[in-house]
Amino acid sequence: MILLIVEHANGKVSKSTWEMVTAARELGREAPITALVLGSNIAPIAAEIARAVDQVLVADLPALAQYDPELWSAAVAQIATEGEASVILIGGSRSGREYSPRVAVKLDAPLLEDVISIKTSGETLTAQHYIYLARVTETIETASPVTVVTIKPGVFNPATPRTQAAEQFDAELNLPTPRLKVTGKTAERSSRVSLTEADIVVSGGRGVGSAEGFTQYVEALADQLGAAVGATRAIVDAGWRPYSEQVGQTGKTVQPKLYIAIGISGAVQHLSGMNKSKTIVAINRDAEAPIFKIADYGIVGDVPQLVPAILAELKK
Amino acid sequence: MRILTYLRQVLDAEESVHVANGAVALENSKLVMDTMDEYGVEEALRLRESGVEAEIIAVAVGPARTQDALRTALAMGVDRAIHVETDIRLDAIALSKVLAQIATQEQATLIFAGGQQADWDSHAIGAATAERLQWPQATWTSALELKGTTLTGKHDADEGSETFTLELPAIITTQQGLNEPRYPTLPNIMKSKKKELRKESLDQFNVSPKVKFVSAEIQVKNRMNKILDGKDAPAAAAQLVDLLRNEARVIA
Repeated sequence: MILLIVEHANGKVSKSTWEMVTAARELGREAPITALVLGSNIAPIAAEIARAVDQVLVADLPALAQYDPELWSAAVAQIATEGEASVILIGGSRSGREYSPRVAVKLDAPLLEDVISIKTSGETLTAQHYIYLARVTETIETASPVTVVTIKPGVFNPATPRTQAAEQFDAELNLPTPRLKVTGKTAERSSRVSLTEADIVVSGGRGVGSAEGFTQYVEALADQLGAAVGATRAIVDAGWRPYSEQVGQTGKTVQPKLYIAIGISGAVQHLSGMNKSKTIVAINRDAEAPIFKIADYGIVGDVPQLVPAILAELKK
Repeated sequence: MRILTYLRQVLDAEESVHVANGAVALENSKLVMDTMDEYGVEEALRLRESGVEAEIIAVAVGPARTQDALRTALAMGVDRAIHVETDIRLDAIALSKVLAQIATQEQATLIFAGGQQADWDSHAIGAATAERLQWPQATWTSALELKGTTLTGKHDADEGSETFTLELPAIITTQQGLNEPRYPTLPNIMKSKKKELRKESLDQFNVSPKVKFVSAEIQVKNRMNKILDGKDAPAAAAQLVDLLRNEARVIA
């Protein structure tokens, strides 16, 4: 079977999971797709994903109320072994990429990380993923009875639910005691759309001048367009913006339909987080800035003049 | 206690990547210790400077040139280095087998590794090694303290961050914000030349790649590259908005 681990938040199946369903269907293996839902009070999630797969396994336990890498990897490895899974699909989220290596080691399986395409030919799985800070596309291959795969979010089209719901079964698990004790959580709060799911992202860098400049230009334009806001590492380090808005190697990876870079020169570590955006717009005073090389549209000029003019034009 | 810091030698982030014959070609490029691994080396040094009695060992697996990155770690202040020399490219799951065996041989109780590798964009080495050793882990760690055998710190979660406590032995993977890595000083560079850099052969670790690397290519997305002159701001703004609405059709 193809085992798909459901990612969910706030009582709903995450968009990344619907994308994984597409990846599972495109695999072209004649194996049933089994979804595994881990958590506590997750009946609505199991019911939702039942409309996308052939079978649903549900582990609805108080012990699973909170994600933990040792719990999750133990649960997935047990189910994969019992069900003789040939491919295990896990979301390419921070947590998915954290517990998937443990699953691979437990099963003595290869791990294909953050894949953007995957297909099968007999026993061989062929996948593509990005390397060198998303500047190079690499093709990789494995031939193993079982392979663990994490799917890069935002690449596959989300599957549409069917009318027919698959049967649900309770999963029996033998779980370890988590050793990482979480003592507090700081959730990201934003009144805007989520950065990684937004269709439009407006980002700012040093060239916006100051924290006030960011509000005046970047946030104003984002609000006008219903966009999420992003920031470069330089201005996060400078304390102008929270880390949760950082786009790049050590921040978030985004691939919106439209990415507007304001006062961003285009350091490699920033580009690696946004260079797959469908349309890129750059506004910068330095015509030599690397960001212009990957821009579809750009204006060379001063941010304080240009952004208010763009806002005025949009409001016309 | 003994602390291992696992490190990789990667392309300097400001260098261009080149691909030749279906593989990334590094021959004429500047190579450095991965920044994410520098955080681990720095954090180990700071733990010691805060009064923890520790021997710090830098470990790397890779071709002969990899020893340059280990030399950098020695110059930063680690006590000795182990270089498992091989030209075979090992994936993270295979590599974790080597790292776990070294950790056991050295009786290490704390291992640092980068949160993400700048060459393969992999997150896996820390968690995979932790699993092999049956240790717990904290990934993408941006703050850390050690009191006795208890680690406390802060790390990234899916949406936001978490504070945590963890008992040694443990693996910590790094994230920006953990510290600001030091530059090696000249006296320390001189001193490091006398430090031990032990070479090991890969053969004894009984490991083979689990993933076959088929080919690499640089896929350049064709960009429109319409760059306007912004001297007349209202005119440039009007033209840009028109292009986004009517040509790219990305805004209403």
